[in-house]
Order: sequence, then structure tokens, then C-alpha cells
Amino acid sequence: MAALSDALLVVAMLGYLVAMICYAAVYAFGERGVVARVATRELVGAGGPPVVVDESVPAPRPARSRWAGLAGAVVLVVAGIAQIGSLIFRGVAGDRLPWGNMYEYVLAATSVAAVAWIVVMVRRPALRHLGLYVALTQVILLGVAALFLYVPVGPLVPALDSYWLAIHVTAVAISSGIFLIGFVPAGLFLIRSGWDKGRAGFPFSLGERLPAAAVLERLSFRLHAFAFPIWTFGALIAGPIWAEAAWGRYWGWDPKEVWAFISWIVYAGYLHARATPSVKQTTATWIAVLGFLTMLMNLFGVNIFFTGLHSYGGL
Amino acid sequence: MTTTDTRPEAPAATPRGPGWGSFLIGLLRGLWRQLTSMRTALVLLFLLAVASIPGSVLPQSNVAIEAVQQYYRDHPKLAPWIERVDGFDVFGSPWFAAIYLLLFTSLIGCVIPRLRDHYRAIRSVPPKVPARLDKLPQHLSVADHDGDVEQIAAALRKRRWRVVVRDDTVSAEKGYLKETGNLVFHFSLMAVLVAVALGSWYGWHGNRILVAGKDTSFCNSLQQYDEAKLGPRVDEGRLPPFCVTLDDFTASYQTSGQPKEFRASVTVEGDGPTRTADFSVNAPLRLDGASVYLLGHGYAPILRYTDRFGKTQTKEGPFLSEDEMQTSTGAISFPDANVDPATGRRDPSLQMGFDGIYLPTAPDQAPFVRSRFPAENNPALLLTAYRGNLGLDAGIPSSVYRLDQRQIDAGRLKPVGEGKLLKPGETWTLDDGSTVQFVGTKEYATLSVRHDPGQGIALVAAVLALGGLMGSLFGKRRRVFFRLTTPSPTSSSRLLEAGGLPRTDYPGFAEEFASTVAAVREKT
Repeated sequence: MAALSDALLVVAMLGYLVAMICYAAVYAFGERGVVARVATRELVGAGGPPVVVDESVPAPRPARSRWAGLAGAVVLVVAGIAQIGSLIFRGVAGDRLPWGNMYEYVLAATSVAAVAWIVVMVRRPALRHLGLYVALTQVILLGVAALFLYVPVGPLVPALDSYWLAIHVTAVAISSGIFLIGFVPAGLFLIRSGWDKGRAGFPFSLGERLPAAAVLERLSFRLHAFAFPIWTFGALIAGPIWAEAAWGRYWGWDPKEVWAFISWIVYAGYLHARATPSVKQTTATWIAVLGFLTMLMNLFGVNIFFTGLHSYGGL
Repeated sequence: MTTTDTRPEAPAATPRGPGWGSFLIGLLRGLWRQLTSMRTALVLLFLLAVASIPGSVLPQSNVAIEAVQQYYRDHPKLAPWIERVDGFDVFGSPWFAAIYLLLFTSLIGCVIPRLRDHYRAIRSVPPKVPARLDKLPQHLSVADHDGDVEQIAAALRKRRWRVVVRDDTVSAEKGYLKETGNLVFHFSLMAVLVAVALGSWYGWHGNRILVAGKDTSFCNSLQQYDEAKLGPRVDEGRLPPFCVTLDDFTASYQTSGQPKEFRASVTVEGDGPTRTADFSVNAPLRLDGASVYLLGHGYAPILRYTDRFGKTQTKEGPFLSEDEMQTSTGAISFPDANVDPATGRRDPSLQMGFDGIYLPTAPDQAPFVRSRFPAENNPALLLTAYRGNLGLDAGIPSSVYRLDQRQIDAGRLKPVGEGKLLKPGETWTLDDGSTVQFVGTKEYATLSVRHDPGQGIALVAAVLALGGLMGSLFGKRRRVFFRLTTPSPTSSSRLLEAGGLPRTDYPGFAEEFASTVAAVREKT
């Protein structure tokens, strides 16, 4: 079972790579891709005016790129299923919830991200080609997990042997996964709005192939608004309840707690900033990006640099 | 701290002629407006986040005092400066308090007026129908409508709109939950702060190592703790009177040495009738007015020392675990050894001290420095004996887990022979004919005893905050308006005009508006 779990992880990573290639093909040859734009008079963004094709230049047939996009979506879903399968078989092998160390936690949080992205794909087909960036993020995180964090399947340490593992860590992993998926459109929004302001260098040059800034901004906000209460529950309610039972105090400024608090504050700042008309949307979105960086700091930085009560990383 | 920056402008200070008074009032008003603005609240929020970072980077004295002491040893120049700016107590420091108190003041300054406004909004009726409904974001006209306004109002009420009928018009509003949730969220945050304050005033905690056995039981009084802290409003004499004896401690491990289960069996006296209880890492022992938490465990080797005059003393000392395999170090002192029975005089140069490394599972051959497994499969104690002045009379506090290094460095406490590896039951005869026997070990448990009267309030407040948060994030304030007009006095059917206005960000409003209008038409 453990071997199956490891094999499925490899399948998932390969799947994400293939999905990236498919989406890269869409970017290059798709309707909004490089080749298509050479053939169009007008620069077009999603939700903008329809493409005006210059009759004198024959337009490339979008069929191939459509197939590439479809293949990308299918492979992405397959990779997501393999990833979730890897997580499930990890749990079966250990006969416990498969988020008891850092490797498993990353696997669980990115699985949530995979599910969240599939939901976004179904509900917003127009945004499907953003899967390139989602697959990229997934490959990086899974690669880090497999290379640096991997530990063999084992039973839980007594400190984790509580039903609060199912509540606290699950909620935190779910919200982290959704924050991850929220981070992708947040970053892309910043690129796109930079492009809209006429900035042409990398990475703003990617902006012309992205959906309209408002679409990205809205998606980013909705994902963050969805994840924030789950984070509040997981990190600041369920966590303290468990901490009280395990360590005697509900809040003790353990490094993990400090960074959970910082992430919460930063995301709260984002929600407030976004609701304030006098704060620019790019500023607000930068705060969301900062929030995700604090999440990464909490996951990797705190486990690697600090010792504290949350040292179950297996590092 | 507001979610929409639409608070009414505070009126400018009314000029009352020249004078310091009006200037001061104007200044204070300006400052207050500045403080309660969203921008300031956001800045304070970020300051709070940034100010928390040193609390995770630097060791904190209330979390790990040993780490702070280590930091002092590693950075003797820097540490006092960090201490001066409360770097080892970030979350109890005045500057951290200043940030969150300012933030909460800003919060209060923002939510109190909003509470007043929302109270008025809840009690007021939806506004009059605007003259031009077609200027609203959503608009629809139906030519041959044959119901009356009361029917429209009934249909809306059924869909839980707040409705008011004026002549031939209907105004309806919905989604007050958004602002209610917003206010609940922010007031609950204040309640959390109050709960934390209550906990630190009226709460207390103590930590101690409890060695198994009847003669080492402990009772809940301040002197019996290794380390304790009472809140400023806690009366030391009124701590709940209970005594705990550790009867047994069970630990089981994987073959890798990873712990599987810890369980402490105790007898509790003074908390109702005497009873026995088990508790473990995630399941504390709940007593009346306090909870006992199992934080860790270890071994306390027992030494029997027979001095040169033939007097025997037996002592045990908890050894602190150094690694996951329970390699443990500690010291056991016999300050009353070698008292000449003829004179009854204690010779301070003949006191005995032993320090050692205890290996629950010693390797088969040297070096005997690391245990190979946390359970006692092949226990061995690597002991070093010292004779001389232990330095206990100097009045300087010293650790019970090691001998006084100053005495050793000064040559007042001298090692006796080489170190010796002892198995349980083995005896080592020292140069003066005295003997030390490693009798065996006892288990000990590291306990934390705590009481925090604020935690229940904090939990309720946090749950309320979460509920409020969801209301404020997902609630949507919106209005719909209907107007019935009669195009000509002769026609029986009338023109129905409808308009919709989302008052907050609400992308799905068009669908809801359409379905609301459809429901109104169906009903009639």
C-alpha cells in the first residue's frame, strides 16, 4: 500500500507536467495564443470584444489548441485523482489519517488544492487554461515534499493521537489548499493589471494571455473569502481547543501559533483592504500574496528553522 | 476597523474663537478620526503581524526559559540588549500591548458608531421607491400585471424580505445579516481580548516533575512546584487543595523508538473522595478548579550511598532526557554524607555528589554515551563521583539536575576516580571504602497543573466571531423596488416596474432579481 501511494505520487507529478505542456501548447497556439494574435488586428482579453480577424491573413484553426486544452484539463484531473489516491493509500498503509507529518501534510493540502481547482474548472470553464499555473505550483510543492520531506509510513506519535487531528489538521489543510488556489489568481491578477498599465517586461508579458484583471481579482477574492473562515476555525478555534487538552493552554505563542496568527492577521487585512474603496485593488491583492507567503513560511520555515511544540515534521 | 469605508465624516470642530481649548479639541478630534480610520487600522494590523515575528525567531522566556538561558550563553553581548527591549517576552511587552490596544481602540471607535447606525437601520423601514427605476443596476417592466401591491408585498415577505408598501409602490430590503455578522465578529474579538486578560489575572499554573511512588506525591501548593506562576489576582492560599500520587507510568514504543503511548496512573486526594485515575497526553486529568496535563516523562535513577562511617542513604534524582531515545543526564547529591558519628559534625569537604548519564538501553560496548532505545531494555548508568563542597550552602540558586560547575572549576569539588558504568543492582566501591549502589530507576512524569478561567469565554467568543465572520463575508445587503402604474384609466391591467439595487458586492444579484420578480408575478 505504501509503495502504491508512492507510485501514485509519481503518476500525479508526471500528470501535472503533461498538463503543463498541454496548457503551454494552448498558450502558444490557442485562440488567444501567440500565433492567433499575430493574425488578429485587435488585442483581446477575456470578456473583451470579440476577436476581429484580419481576412487577408488566414487564421490558424483553433481545433488543435482546443484539443490540447481539453487534454490538459483531463490530465490535470487524472493527476489530481492520482494525488488523492496517493494520500488515501498512505492512510490505508498507516491505518490512520494521512496527515501526521510534514510530507503527508503537504500531500493533503495540495490534494485539497487539486479538488478546489477542479471545482473552479467546472464552474468557470473560461479560466481552465490557468491550470498551467496551478499545475506548476502543484509540481513544485509535490517535488519539494517528495525530495526533502519524505518519510516512510509509520504510526502517529502519542501527541497526535487524538480525534482533534481529524478536525484541526483537516481544517487547516483544507484552508491552506484553498488559499493556495486563491494565491494563483491573485498573483496572475497582479501580472495582468501590470500588463494593463503598459508594463511589458517579464512576468507582465504573460498578462496578455490572461483573463481580464477583474475576473482574476474576483476569483481570488472568492477563494480567499471561502478559505478564511475555515482557517479561522482550524487554526484559531480547533487548534486552541486541542492545545488546551494537550499542552494545558489554548494559546502559547509557539512558533507555529505565531505564524498562524500572522497569516490570519494578513488575510484579515486583505479582506478589509479589499472592502475599502480607498485602497487600490493591487494593494489589496499584494496583501493576499503576502498572506500566502506567510503560510509558506509557517509550513516550511517554522518546521525547518524553529523548534517548538508543533515539531512533528519528521525532519 | 470597518469593512466599508463609508462612515460619516465627523463634523469639524466648531470654532469658538481663538484659544488653546478649541485647538486642543480640534487636534484630539483629528487624532481620533485618524486612529479610527480604516487605513490606520490596516497599518496597526500589519504592525501587529510584524511585531509577532520576533516572538517566533527569538526564544521566549514563557515558552522555553532554557532556550533563553542558552541564548544568553551563546550571545552574551547581544542578549542583555534584547532583554532590554523585551525581546524574550514579545507578547507580554509594552510595545506589543501598545499595538493591540491601539488596534482595539481603533476598532471600538469604528464599531460603536456602526452599531448605532445598524440599530437604526434595523428599526427603520426600506426607503421610498426611486423616481427612475430604470436607473438602477437591475430593471424590468411588465406591461400587463394584474395583481395589487399587497400581493407583491406578501410574495416578498414570504421570501423573507423586509417590506414596506407606500401607495402603489413596494420597497423591500434584505441582508441585514451582513452588518450584524460584521458587528458580532468585531465585538467577539474584543470579548476574546477580555477573556485573555481574565485568564492572565485570575489564572495560574505550575509545572513539576512527579516521581512515581507514595513518598513522592505532591500537593497543590506553590512551594511544591518546580516552576509556578500565579496571576496577579490569585490568592496563593486559595489554590484548590488536592494531592496527586503517581502510581504507575506506562510508555510503549515502536521498534524504531518512536513513542506509541504514554499513560499516567495516579491517585487523587482532596478533590472529592480519594480516587484513582488515568490520563495521557491528549486527555488531561480534570479536577475541580484545575487540570493536570501530562507533558513528558523520564527516569529517576536511585542511588544507595554507604559512607565511610557505614551510614547508608538512598536518594533518587530525576534525570532529564536529552534525546528521543531517553539518553538522560542528571545529578544526585548527598550533602549529609560522611558526618562523623562521633562528633556529629558535618565536614563540608566530604560531601558527595554524583552526576551521570542514564541509558535505558545501553549499547553492548563502549562508548556509553547514547541510549539505543527509549524503554529500559538494557539499563546502565554511567556515573562520575565527586567529593568536596557541593556549594549548596552558598545560597546561590543552582540546578538540581547538575552539580555546581563553579565548585568543580574552583577545585572545591573533586572527581573521585574514573567514571563507572553500573547495571541495576551493581555496587561501586570508592577509594575511601564508601560504596554506591545503582538500585534501579523510577519513572517520573512531567506535569503541568493549570487553571484558566478565561478559556471558556474565549472559546464562546471565538465561535461567535466565526459565525459573525461568515455572516459578514457571505451576507449580501440588497434592495428591490416595485411600482404599479395605470397607463390609462380605462385599462384594467397595469404596468409593473421593478428595480433592484445590490448594496454590497454581489455578482449573483441579477439571477436573484429575476427569480424574485418571477415569484412576485407567479403569486399574482
